[in-house]
Amino acid sequence: MTALDMQFKESASRHALAGSNVVARVEGIRKTYYMGSLAVEVLHGISLDFYSGDYVSIMGPSGCGKSTLMNILGCLDQPTEGKYYLGDEDTSTMEDDELSTIRGARLGFIFQSYNLIQQLNVLENIEMPLFYQGYAEVESHEIAMSLAERVGLGDRVDHKPFELSGGQQQRVAIARALAVDPLIILADEPTGNLDSKSGSEILDLFDELHAQGKTLLTVTHSDELAERSMREIKLRDGEIESDERLNS
Amino acid sequence: MSDLTVDTPVQPRSNAGRQKPLNGVNLVRFKKITQVGIKSIFSHGLRSMLTVLGIVIGVAAVIAMLAVSEGASYEAQQQFRDLGASNILLKSVKPAEVEENSRQGFGPPQAVVYGLTNADITTIRDTIPGVSNVISSRIVKKNVWNLGINTNTDVVGTTVDYPVSRNYNLRAGRFFSQAEVRDHANVVVLSDEVANALFPIDNPIGQSIKIDSDYYNVVGIMESEGFSNLGQSQAGSSNAAPSRIFIPFTASKSRFGETTMRQTAGGMESETVELHEAIIQIEGQESVIEVGEIIEQILQRRHKEVDYEIEVPLALLRQAEESALRDQIVAGAIAGISLLVGGIGIMNIMLASVTERTREIGIRRAMGAKKRDIITQFLVEAVILSGVGGVIGVVLGVVIPIIISIFWGMTTIVTPIAPILAFSISAMIGVIFGIYPSMRAADMDPVEALRHE
Ligand SMILES: Nc1ncnc2c1ncn2[C@@H]1O[C@H](COP(=O)(O)OP(=O)(O)OP(=O)(O)O)[C@@H](O)[C@H]1O
Ligand SMILES: [Mg+2]
Repeated sequence: MTALDMQFKESASRHALAGSNVVARVEGIRKTYYMGSLAVEVLHGISLDFYSGDYVSIMGPSGCGKSTLMNILGCLDQPTEGKYYLGDEDTSTMEDDELSTIRGARLGFIFQSYNLIQQLNVLENIEMPLFYQGYAEVESHEIAMSLAERVGLGDRVDHKPFELSGGQQQRVAIARALAVDPLIILADEPTGNLDSKSGSEILDLFDELHAQGKTLLTVTHSDELAERSMREIKLRDGEIESDERLNS
Repeated sequence: MSDLTVDTPVQPRSNAGRQKPLNGVNLVRFKKITQVGIKSIFSHGLRSMLTVLGIVIGVAAVIAMLAVSEGASYEAQQQFRDLGASNILLKSVKPAEVEENSRQGFGPPQAVVYGLTNADITTIRDTIPGVSNVISSRIVKKNVWNLGINTNTDVVGTTVDYPVSRNYNLRAGRFFSQAEVRDHANVVVLSDEVANALFPIDNPIGQSIKIDSDYYNVVGIMESEGFSNLGQSQAGSSNAAPSRIFIPFTASKSRFGETTMRQTAGGMESETVELHEAIIQIEGQESVIEVGEIIEQILQRRHKEVDYEIEVPLALLRQAEESALRDQIVAGAIAGISLLVGGIGIMNIMLASVTERTREIGIRRAMGAKKRDIITQFLVEAVILSGVGGVIGVVLGVVIPIIISIFWGMTTIVTPIAPILAFSISAMIGVIFGIYPSMRAADMDPVEALRHE
């Protein structure tokens, strides 16, 4: 925890949220979808702070806007209204290219359906975020190799995704999310497609990442995940219903 | 999860080891994205092959088709060019009624009189300005002998300018001279075929051949090329002679006379023809067609029946050129349509591939790819596929006409414009149709692309 705090402070000297250990802040986020003439507001003004090294689970009934919020936090989607600070930057004023860069450099994504590229092998999938960040080949190879070993797939690096089980694919995705050493790891229902055993293995891995001081943001329907997390946020109809710190 | 716990935790990396994210035009990034594009081509083997194949077929078909049509029109025009563009050809033709009459007659065979006369030629020469020369010929079918060997051929009695006027070349020796024409000399120039038939071993130059009861001294041999069937088909005999030999006009007249006997199905038949053929040379090509019309009028006035034929090679050449242009426009249109169809095929494959790969685009965007990284990747793919296809297509398009020429004996001409045009159009289609769908996909919000199934 201390090592990461130091790293965080070092990189966050110009931080908008300087002085605190807040890595991401949303202020009054609204999201409206337009379907023809019909406007549907899905998020009704959400404000939240996320802290460095935290392990957050966002829960709520289907359709309450969890994924919508996650996509905004992941800079994959823009809010209709409101501000989003990530690290030392205000993302609401960013151009598409800057958003691409910030996604690649600051965020790690874990999806319910893994989202690996089928034509690429395990190693190449893990390397992809490094590639777009301009890492040298040798270095990105080294990083990807050590991450593959880290998630227990050191002997499968030249396998294609379809040759792996769901749990193994999700571990590749986790390694890929860790590749650029992001500020936040975002996981939308990471165990949603997995049986309980491989789901638990993924959660074990999350616990380890948390123990190492990574910041984890998850959306889940799994009680097991919620129980293992440090902070549980409940959404209902696009609003925060509850936000509590779990004692563990 | 014992394998996880034994692993040493990954140390958080400092920013120092990280290169600055690359912005703007950057060769390293471009090179890397090119590699992604190439890799992607190989990982979608079948689709890449189909795309390349589509372009190859389109380009090769266009080039080959244009080469064949160009060759055909060249061949057609060459036939007329061989006759001489500043010449007008006149031939004596036995009119249909005359043939009828002679068949029905029961009495002793009467000589049939028809055809061009020396008086016709004199009139033409004297009344039409711009006629620079007239080469009159008499053509008689004869058996020619070298000792025991004989062959049947057309004996052409003509003047010294004959070979020049028809663009014929001598293979050996010389053509007969003005003096020999004046002296009714018994000299002969053989065609290649006749020379080979009569003198299989010896050099014929300086030897003698026998026609009827007279001996003729061989002074030259013609090249076999340049004898176009068009020039000799109707003259002298009903079947086109396989070859000809040439003697002075004066010698023909005094040795064979104007009335010749001919073996026909109904017995012997005799006919009197003053001139079988005349080549009228005109000064300058511009007036050839006009002069041709005037000659036709003169002959119409002078002959009761149409016992002559007039041929203006230049007019035929113009017609051939016109129809060649028409053919080429048609061929070009067909070629264009085939390229377009090929292009639509390519677009279809590219469009399908981008739709299929929208999710990949979404993933790459989530992992930090910029719009232009995506477009570059797809552009590289499209450029490589259409480039490779275009090059193979050009090679095939040049080779196919050669094969057609060798195996079917057709003249084919690949003009440089055809490969250039076919290649650039196909490359353009490949790149535009390749890049357009990827631009659309890259323009999507990453969320939207990721949701794509
Ligand atoms: N692109 C879109 N266009 C229109 N409506 C949308 C779009 N995306 C999401 N929605 C709507 O927004 C609401 C919230 O969707 P969201 O995906 O955030 O729900 P969720 O909480 O993630 O649900 P689940 O638990 O099923 O994943 C839903 O009512 C959904 O229909
Ligand atoms: Mg969801």
